Amino acid sequence: MNGPMLFGLCAAALIGFGLYSLIVNPQPLRKIIGFNIIGSGVFLLFGTIARRGAAVGMGGDPVPQALLITGIVVAFSATALAVSLLLRLFDEGGVVTLDNEAAPTETTTDPSDT
Amino acid sequence: MKIAWDIFTIVAVMAGSFFFLAGTVGLLRFPDPLTRLHALTKADNLGLGLVVLGLLPQTHWPLDTIKLIAIWLFALLAGATVGQLMACTARRGGGPPK
Amino acid sequence: MTLALAVDIGLAMLILAMAGWTIAVRDTFASVIGFVTYGLLLTLVWVRLAMPDVALTEAAMGGGLTGALLIGGAARLRRTEAAVRTERPGMLTRTLAAVLSATVTAALAICVLNLPDPAPTLAPDAAAKLGSTGVGNPVTAVLLAYRSMDTLLEAIVVLLALFGVWSLAHDRFWGGCPQLRTHADSEGILAYFARILPPIGIIVGVYIFWIGADFPGGKFQGATILAAMWLLVIGAGLAYFPPISQAWLRILLVAGPLVFMVIGFAGIVTAGAVFAYPIGFAKPLILAIEIALMPTLVLALALLVAGAPQRMPPQ
Repeated sequence: MNGPMLFGLCAAALIGFGLYSLIVNPQPLRKIIGFNIIGSGVFLLFGTIARRGAAVGMGGDPVPQALLITGIVVAFSATALAVSLLLRLFDEGGVVTLDNEAAPTETTTDPSDT
Repeated sequence: MKIAWDIFTIVAVMAGSFFFLAGTVGLLRFPDPLTRLHALTKADNLGLGLVVLGLLPQTHWPLDTIKLIAIWLFALLAGATVGQLMACTARRGGGPPK
Repeated sequence: MTLALAVDIGLAMLILAMAGWTIAVRDTFASVIGFVTYGLLLTLVWVRLAMPDVALTEAAMGGGLTGALLIGGAARLRRTEAAVRTERPGMLTRTLAAVLSATVTAALAICVLNLPDPAPTLAPDAAAKLGSTGVGNPVTAVLLAYRSMDTLLEAIVVLLALFGVWSLAHDRFWGGCPQLRTHADSEGILAYFARILPPIGIIVGVYIFWIGADFPGGKFQGATILAAMWLLVIGAGLAYFPPISQAWLRILLVAGPLVFMVIGFAGIVTAGAVFAYPIGFAKPLILAIEIALMPTLVLALALLVAGAPQRMPPQ
C-alpha cells in the first residue's frame, strides 16, 4: 500500500458516494453537488494514474495533469450552467422539483421581487 | 545553531497546533455564535501566526519568507472581515443571508 | 508504516467523512459549506500527490468559485427546502442506489489495485521536447504546446457555458446586467475589505499567471483570482456588472479563442501543421495566446458566477 494507491481507492469510494447522492437526494442543488463529488472522484482517480507515471524528475505524468486542469475548469462551467437552469426553473414556478407528477404552479414570480 | 532553529520550529509549530486544537474545541463546545467566532478567530490569528513564525527559519530568504508572512497577513485580514460580517448577521438574529 | 502514509490515511479518512457528511446532512446550505470544505481538503490531496498545478486549480475553482456559485444558489432556493424534503425516495430505491453505488466503487477499486506496473507515462517524451517550447513548466507545455487543441476547446466550452447561462435570462432582461446579492453598505467592513484586497489580489493573480511558464501556476489559476477580485468589488456594492450587450465585453470574450485559432491555423503555413509553432517562435506565440486568453477567462469565469441578467441598465 502506498500513497497514490490509497487515494485511488479513496477516489473509487467518492465516486460511489456521489452516485448514491445523485440518485437519492431529491433536491436538485444537492444532485449538482453529488455530481461534483463524482467528478472530483474521477479527477482523483486520474490523478492517481498521473502520479504513478512519475519519471525523469517530474512529480507526475504532465499530460494527465494538464487534462485534469482542463477538466476542473470545464466541471465548473457545467456546474454554473446547471445552477442557472435550476434558478430559472425556480423563477418560473417558485418550486424546484424533478417530480413529473407535481406540476409547477402557474404563477410566474417576477425575479425582480425576489 | 541549526539545531537551535529546528527546536524553535518544533516548539512554535506545536504551540500553534495547540491554539488550533483549542479553537476547534471552542467551536464545538461554546453555546452561541459570538463566542464560537471568538474561539475560531483566536485559533486563526494566534495558531496560524505561531505556525508561520515557527516555519520562518526553515525558509529561503527573502522571497519564501515574505510569501509566508503575506499568507499570515491575508488570513488575518480575511478572518477579521468574515468574523465581523458573521457577527453582524448573528446579532441581527439572522441565519445565512436570505 | 511510515509517517507520510499515516498522514495520507488520515487525509483520505477526512475526505471520505466530509463527502459523507455533505451528502447526508439535512440542510442544503450546510451541504454547500461541506462541499467547499471538501474542495479544500482535496487541494491537500493534490499537494500530497505532488501536483501543485492541479492543487492551485482545485483551490481556486473547486473550492472558491464553485463554492460562491452554490452558496448563491442555496440562498435563493432556501424557501423550497421543506417542499422538496417530502420527495425523499422510498426504502427500495435507496437500497438499490446503495447496491449500485457499492458495485461501481468495488469495480473501480479492483481496477485501481490492478493498474499496470510499471505505469505507462509520457513524462520522458514531455521532458525531451521541453527545451524547444521555451517553457519550463511541463504542465504549461502540455496545455499550450503539445495539446493546445484541448486548451482551445476548453476556452470555447467556458464561453458556450456562459452563452447558455445568458440565454436563460427573461426576455425583458436580455442584454441587461447580471446581479449579485450585495451587501450594499458602502461604509461597511466588506466595502473596506473590497478596497484593500483587490490591488494586492491583482498583483498575486498576475504573478501566478506569469510564473506559470516555469513554475506551478498558470492562466486558469491567475484568471480565477482576478475574477474573484472583480466579484468581491461587485459583491461589496462598489461596482456593477456591465450590461451583456456591451460591445467591448463581447469583443474581449471572443478575442482569446480567436487569437488562439488564428495562431493555431497560421501554423499550417509557418510550421507545416495545425497548432504547430515555427522553430524559435514558440515562447512568444505561447505568450501571445496566454495574454489574449486572460481577459476572456477572467470575464467569463466571473460572469458564470453572476448568472443570467436580472435587470436592465439604468437609462
